[in-house]
Amino acid sequence: MTTAKPKKQQMRLLAKSPTGIPGMDEITGGGLPKNRPTLVCGAAGCGKTLFAMEFLVNGATQYNEPGVFVAFEENAEELTQNVASLGFDLKDLIKKKKLILDYIQIERSEIEETGEYDLEGLFIRLGHAIDTIGAKRVVLDTIEVLFAALPNHTIIRAELQRLFRWLKNKGVTAIVTAERGDGTLTRFGLEEYVADCVILLDHRVTEQISTRRLRIVKYRGSLHGTNEYPFLITKDGISVLPITSLGLDHKASRERISSGIKELDDMLDGKGFYRGSSILLSGMAGTGKTSLAATFVDAACQRGEHCLYFAFEESTSQLLRNMRSIGIDLAPHVKKGLLQFHVARPTLYGLEMHLVTIYDLIKEHNPDVVVLDPITDFFAVGNKAEVKATITRIIDFLKMNQTTALFTSYVSEEEGADRSIVGISSLIDAWISLRNLESNGERHRGLFILKSRGMAHSNQIRSYDLTDDGIKIGAVDLVGRRTELKVS
Amino acid sequence: MEKIRQGARSRHTKKTWELRLYVAGQTPKSLAAFANLKKICEEHLAGQYDIEIIDLLKEPQLASGDQILAIPTLVRKLPQPIRKIIGDLSNTERVLVGLNLREQK
Repeated sequence: MTTAKPKKQQMRLLAKSPTGIPGMDEITGGGLPKNRPTLVCGAAGCGKTLFAMEFLVNGATQYNEPGVFVAFEENAEELTQNVASLGFDLKDLIKKKKLILDYIQIERSEIEETGEYDLEGLFIRLGHAIDTIGAKRVVLDTIEVLFAALPNHTIIRAELQRLFRWLKNKGVTAIVTAERGDGTLTRFGLEEYVADCVILLDHRVTEQISTRRLRIVKYRGSLHGTNEYPFLITKDGISVLPITSLGLDHKASRERISSGIKELDDMLDGKGFYRGSSILLSGMAGTGKTSLAATFVDAACQRGEHCLYFAFEESTSQLLRNMRSIGIDLAPHVKKGLLQFHVARPTLYGLEMHLVTIYDLIKEHNPDVVVLDPITDFFAVGNKAEVKATITRIIDFLKMNQTTALFTSYVSEEEGADRSIVGISSLIDAWISLRNLESNGERHRGLFILKSRGMAHSNQIRSYDLTDDGIKIGAVDLVGRRTELKVS
Repeated sequence: MEKIRQGARSRHTKKTWELRLYVAGQTPKSLAAFANLKKICEEHLAGQYDIEIIDLLKEPQLASGDQILAIPTLVRKLPQPIRKIIGDLSNTERVLVGLNLREQK
């Protein structure tokens, strides 16, 4: 995505302040506008405070920029407790003078207005806090409380305009949070003053699945992604999931790895799959997709490679038991720590959560092989476009690490084996189809390679069997009977 | 901190009113507030009050104690409960209501 820009243009680019929030700096091209105020708005509970706090904490811990958090709604103890579950140790940062938490309490009932005034007190408090630790980042959460507490909105508006100019002059990057209005971005029109960058957070529940989305409504002076990006609040903070964060510039490996079945390797140009490629096994129920996946995993573990198996339908013990019946014993690999299972029903949470869980586990274990069995279940949780987007991200992510990915997928009779997951098939490198073939009153299992990029592959339909001793692929193809075959 | 003891006609007169006026330098609003305050105090609280003037430009760290946002702000520390009156105190009625010297109409 990077193109060479002429020098003149580069000088005019806005300086940015990195947020350190995964994904965020990619979609903003570097972070929030430096020394300008950014407005973060959204309904209650959508994550504004956490977003702002993470910006400050990362600034203090990763970019050596101390920060001041001015809270109008929660006091210091409440805030500290609320973010402790995200692994932010505010007390420690405060002790190290990297962070100041200032709680401004305004009691409407205490106040009587008796003439002209301004909000200089706020400026003085803020200025004092900034100067005390040399802060470069400031959060005001949520400044709208001023409107509820003080009756003269004209004064407040004028002072807010003055405040944002003052923050610019002070050389701090600020985040201002505000609650979503009815049909407007904020209840009191703050977006008119905070004109440089506006981010909208959204939290909706569709068909019982809850998703959080982030959208950059405006970012003056900068290119930015204009889509809605799903994000999560995980145990480490916020994680934004941009789809095009990864350019298609992964290195392609030339190493080949075995499928675990010699005959299949033979069909694949005699050498097997490319390392780091994405492989799809499709077939109707009972055609042996999981068995084939297990064979692949078994071979990899025997080579000493690390495998991560995401199972969306069967429990670990069921899988182990079923594979034992065809002579594949995965238990020793599990014991040695070479094979890890992660079991979850797709409907347990939204696609984004699955994605982040997968990311996290992959980052943690750094496997050589990853299996998702089956991916069809994702369609229960998202529509075609969303599922394709999720799979794309997973594939991209795995390719970056040269991890081989194996996906299994159900096809139903109506769809027809070749027209299944049409959208996904263009993303993968190798596609093996498992069929039930009927001929002469007999049922056979047939296996063939629909595609395998980058190599010559067999176009034969080979018969195969699930025996006590693993999957056996027939050495003889079914050429002679092709015309009589009714393929299902 | 300037402490201006007004109405100290007798050292044994009990000072039941402790007032703090927060300002930010000698701005017209601040000077007006102080003038108005003195007038009101002399009229209604003669001999019973203490005014403390806190200049936040000189001592910014004192703003958080009484949660000061607006300037000028008059804080009635005693008698309790704490009352805050913001503005230059030009509206005498409101000041008296704020100090609870007048019933709210």
